[in-house]
Amino acid sequence: MWAILTLLVENKPGILFKVTHLFRSRNFNIDSISVGVTDNPEYSRMTITTYGDEKQVEQIVKQLDKMIDTIEVKHLDEHKTVYRELSIFKIKLSNANDSMEVNKLANAYGGKIHDVRKDSIMVELTATPDQIRAFEELAKPFGIIEVARTGVAALQRSGA
Amino acid sequence: MNKMETMTGARALMVAMEKEGVKEVFGLPGGANLPMYDEFARCNIRHILVRHEQSAAHMADGFGRVSRKPGVCFATSGPGATNILTGIATAQADSSPMIAVTGQVPVAMIGKDAFQESDIIGMANPAVKYAFQPRSPDEIPMVVRKGFYIAETGRPGPVLIDIPKDVQQKEASMIFPDEFKIRGYHPWTTPDIANVERAIEMLLGAERPIILAGGGTIISSAFAELQSIAELLMIPVVTTFKGKGAFPENHPLSLGPIGMHGHAEANKMMTEADCVLAIGTRFSDRSVGTFEAFEKRLKIIHMDVDPAEIGKNQTTSVAVVGDVRASLRIMVKMLMQKAVKRTEENTWIKHVKETKEYWKENLKLHPGEMGAAKILRKLREVLPHKSIVTTEVGQHQMWASLFYDVIQPGTFFSSTGLGTMGWGFPAAIGAKVARPDVPVVDIAGDGSFSMTENSLATAVLEDIPVIVFLLNNFSLGMVAQWQRTFYNRRMIGVDQGKCPDYVKLAESYGAQGIRAQSMDELDKAIKTALKSDVATVIDIPIDPEEDVLPFVAPGTSLADMILPS
Ligand SMILES: Cc1cc2nc3c(=O)[nH]c(=O)nc-3n(C[C@H](O)[C@H](O)[C@H](O)COP(=O)(O)OP(=O)(O)OC[C@H]3O[C@@H](n4cnc5c(N)ncnc54)[C@H](O)[C@@H]3O)c2cc1C
Ligand SMILES: Cc1ncc(C[n+]2csc(CCOP(=O)(O)OP(=O)(O)O)c2C)c(N)n1
Ligand SMILES: [Mg+2]
Repeated sequence: MWAILTLLVENKPGILFKVTHLFRSRNFNIDSISVGVTDNPEYSRMTITTYGDEKQVEQIVKQLDKMIDTIEVKHLDEHKTVYRELSIFKIKLSNANDSMEVNKLANAYGGKIHDVRKDSIMVELTATPDQIRAFEELAKPFGIIEVARTGVAALQRSGA
Repeated sequence: MNKMETMTGARALMVAMEKEGVKEVFGLPGGANLPMYDEFARCNIRHILVRHEQSAAHMADGFGRVSRKPGVCFATSGPGATNILTGIATAQADSSPMIAVTGQVPVAMIGKDAFQESDIIGMANPAVKYAFQPRSPDEIPMVVRKGFYIAETGRPGPVLIDIPKDVQQKEASMIFPDEFKIRGYHPWTTPDIANVERAIEMLLGAERPIILAGGGTIISSAFAELQSIAELLMIPVVTTFKGKGAFPENHPLSLGPIGMHGHAEANKMMTEADCVLAIGTRFSDRSVGTFEAFEKRLKIIHMDVDPAEIGKNQTTSVAVVGDVRASLRIMVKMLMQKAVKRTEENTWIKHVKETKEYWKENLKLHPGEMGAAKILRKLREVLPHKSIVTTEVGQHQMWASLFYDVIQPGTFFSSTGLGTMGWGFPAAIGAKVARPDVPVVDIAGDGSFSMTENSLATAVLEDIPVIVFLLNNFSLGMVAQWQRTFYNRRMIGVDQGKCPDYVKLAESYGAQGIRAQSMDELDKAIKTALKSDVATVIDIPIDPEEDVLPFVAPGTSLADMILPS
């Protein structure tokens, strides 16, 4: 099972280290992680995506919750959550109409075009990890030069 | 708000520790903690010098387990700090309250590979409950207050306070807080009454109920509550090895520890039970064998203060989160209200008692005069019930589990989770500092004792007369047993020879050394040691070939005990 965890943590040095160390020493895996300060500068929010069966995910949540620097830890239901990841693709342009094709593809996924060169183009795509993977598959035939991804940021919908 | 006072960070540390009630600190100085050491001259805290920082940590650990207040150890930066790591990890594995204070290089030098700099916060991270590194002196009073609170509340554990040298030296105006808040820390959960109710129903409905008391029972001193429940419901009690002595082992309902080296009757009854009330235990592989086999056909009621323990290794039917003493009190009260009191022995209890009787008669023991069972039963016979016993790690530890009955609950302590050889002797010293009024005995093996035997210097110079009860098989016996059992008797790296002579060793430190080669000599030796005001090592040569049995091989179930042939 793919799980999205959201953590409200103390905004202090060393917390990210402790969180990632916990995953290591408990034999869990981090699929992606993103961190940013919240509206209250005393706290940061971490969004971690991970894989595991139900029991494992429950253990991860409990172990994270046990950490003294975590204020709140939740396993989000992806159907009741807005979650997005930002990705940037650098794609090769080989043929004359590649640029137009990539443009079309980017449009279809709601992506933005940056830095158009003679032999490459950059696409910024904010979407779910699934959509990003789908885009990646379709971009592969052009030749992907580099990809950078931020990891997921997520918030539960109100009333959910 | 308390009034402000100007002082150095080092002074503030001492004042704050005095406010926490600290009277003794175990440690060893060096460059980076000298400002703190200098303060010992100006405060009422006694410094107990060790010969190796690992021992200081074990002493603090022993002190903490016995007094249930954090023991404190001091070490300098770099090698001093890394030397206490094993002690910290040992305390963490066994949920023991401890404060470790290390010196650190000055703030401006951190990260510059300074002399004796080590990132002890980073290294210790997975082995501590929490770690602090105050960067300015005025943080120290709050750090100490929070540190002690974290170490001793909820599930106890070690807290590291790493103080850069300039933070010790600089002055600041200090406020010593009474009130504070740690937003992400909620150590005590109030037990859910409805779940206690369900637990009672489940126990009353069970045909073959059993109680499994773990280390948490001892940590919370829930002895009277446990006994009330066992007696009211007439349920037999097994323990984990860490929970040994949570329940008087001479009680008719007591079956002793389960597990890899559990009592035969305890393992038998555990595998036959249909419902277990598990109190303050984390279901370690050493106690339950394989997780799958253990929970098969068994309804588990789990009481634990740490929510993360619920469902970690076993599937539970009912969970009661909270301090077990509080949970058990609610249970006792409910049983009283319901006027539940069983007086008739049912078939299960009769079967339990018969099984116990059978194994008492039929467990084959070493035939010699100096067999392990005879030696430990002799110790039990001579020692007053209030005596505190610690152990090292190995066969002698398991023999202690099998043959030394704990009669007064909470008087038996061992390094169980990490299994740290060399723990028992310094821990005994720490225990004796906490309880100078009772005899303290370390049941030791020669290999383990070798690891921290230089603590004899501390015992002698600081006047801490503990007894080392050394079952000397001249080998790393537990490993030797595995080599005999699983490696076709290829004995590699286990022979310790007759080296050193432990009587002479003791004497060279100014301690008392006695060799006991017969039951008569042993009887006299224990009595002499009990009367002595200096630490005593009783060296008891035993048969290097004696095995600890029964034995549940790793990865097998409690039903598959290897028994003496
Ligand atoms: C050579 C060797 C052989 C061993 N063989 C065996 C064996 O045969 N059988 C065996 O059982 N063990 C054996 N052990 C020990 C084993 O490794 C574990 O350390 C032990 O089983 C852990 O016991 P525990 O879970 O009861 O206690 P702990 O590890 O102390 O766990 C305590 C539990 O209680 C909880 N707790 C703490 N305080 C409270 C409180 N106030 N209220 C409620 N809950 C609380 C904690 O959260 C934790 O879950 C052996 C060790 C060695 C070194
Ligand atoms: C620090 C440490 N190193 C190694 C081990 C592995 N080990 C477990 S028991 C044991 C032998 C202990 O020998 P001794 O203290 O003489 O006890 P005995 O088994 O002979 O009674 C060893 C080496 C350990 N538990 N701790
Ligand atoms: Mg030995």
